[in-house]
This record gives sequence, C-alpha cells and structure tokens, in this order.
Amino acid sequence: MLISALLFCIGLYAVLSKRNAIMILIGIEFMLNAAILNLVAFGKYDKQVMGGQMFALFAIVLAAATVAVSLAIILNVYTYYKNIDPTTIDQLRD
Amino acid sequence: MNIEQLVFYILAAMVLVSAFMVVFNRNMVRSIFLFFVTLFSMSGLFVYALADFVAVTQLVVYVGGMLVLMIFAFLLSSKTILNTSSVHRTSLIGLHHVPGLLISLVFFLILFVTIYQANPDEISWIRNAGKNTITVSDNTIHAIGINLMTRYLVPFEIVSVLLMMALIGAAHLARRTKKL
Repeated sequence: MLISALLFCIGLYAVLSKRNAIMILIGIEFMLNAAILNLVAFGKYDKQVMGGQMFALFAIVLAAATVAVSLAIILNVYTYYKNIDPTTIDQLRD
Repeated sequence: MNIEQLVFYILAAMVLVSAFMVVFNRNMVRSIFLFFVTLFSMSGLFVYALADFVAVTQLVVYVGGMLVLMIFAFLLSSKTILNTSSVHRTSLIGLHHVPGLLISLVFFLILFVTIYQANPDEISWIRNAGKNTITVSDNTIHAIGINLMTRYLVPFEIVSVLLMMALIGAAHLARRTKKL
C-alpha cells in the first residue's frame, strides 16, 4: 500500500507540474496503476467473487480507452496549435 | 529474508525508482522508455499479489498497446516540444514545480497517516478471510472466466460498448480534416 501511495503521489506531481500533455497523461497512468495495485492486493482475500481482480481488469480496459481518445485529442490540438503545452491552450473556439 | 521477499522488494524499488526517473527526466524519449520499465515491474508486483491474469493483461494492454500509441503520438509531435522545453526550463526544479511538489508531498503524508491508522492487516474481513484467500496453486484464470460470464456480465458488456465508442471516437478525432 505504501508503494501504491508513493506511486500515486509521483503521478500527482507529474500531473500538476509538467508542461507537456503527454507527460501529464503518463502521470495519470501512474495514478491509475497505483489504484489498480491496491485493488489487486486486496483482491487476494476474495476468492469466491474475485471482486478486486475483476475491477482491476475493468480499470485497465478503461485506462486504455482513455489513453486512445486523449492521444487523439492531443494530436488534434497539436496540428491546430503546433504546441501541446496545456498552459498556453486557453481557447476552444477558432 | 527469503528469496521471494527479496524479489518483491527489488520489484517495488524498480517501480518507484523508474517512476521517479520518468517524472524527473528532462528527455521525453527517455522518460517514455523508462515508463516501460515501470509497467513491467508493476506487472511483476501483480504476480506477487497472485493475480497472474491481471499481470498478463497489464503487459498486453499497457506495454503492447498504450506505449506504442504514446510513442507514436510523441514522435508525430516532437519537433517543437524538445526545443521549447529546453528553452523554458533553466533549473531542475523551476518555480512552477514547487506547488506541485508541495501538494503531492502533503498528499503522501495524508495517505501515509491514513494507511497507518487503518492498519490493513487487522481489518476484520481480511482476518476472517481464512479459506477465502487465494493460494498459489489456485487457477485464477478459470475463476475469472466463470465470474466474467456470470456475475460481471453487465459491466463486461458495458465495457465492450464503451471500448467500441472509444475506438470510433479516437478514429474520428485523429482523422485529418481540412476544416479543422
């Protein structure tokens, strides 16, 4: 649990302080992985229902979907702004 | 200390050290490839929690799928990033890093205190788990398959629909349009 807490905080730091959208995405992945590690570790004590492991599988699938969509968005933003620094992108309209 | 514990601690140290290096590395290509190392050792930790199917899924989905996507996106948009980031950063910990570092440290302290007070070895349902604990010789893939088709059928279907939506949405977004 301490490992996952530390990993979560590294991810949080990456999200808060990076100036690159892909690095922020990696930080989010760290946080998700920390949560999955906790799910799996406690899922060890649940043999009948397998709640932890099933939830971990669903979380991995959802993370993959999130990454696919957000990378597509990042590419689109890049072709439009020529820049993927989220602090400089502050308008949605043309 | 027996060999299993030793390997466990080595894996945990690999996860944490490579995560640190991912975050604090200035070269983005290096940090993305270090992300590989983190995910590999993460799946080793999953094996230690007796969840081999989750570990294999982690390898296939993250390392096989997502990292290729990430490298792809990074290489498609890399030229200006490398230049601008080297111009902006003058020191390793710039001014805008300090609040993030502070918040994450405080959050880690909160989590640490919470874990210490919760005392996870003494929670009643874990102590009473007894026979319900997964042992090394159990066939978890079998149980996962049966559970997936009976108890977790509705979430399974919802996830499949959501994956299809994500696929269509990503393909639509990544398409090159003249108008945009």
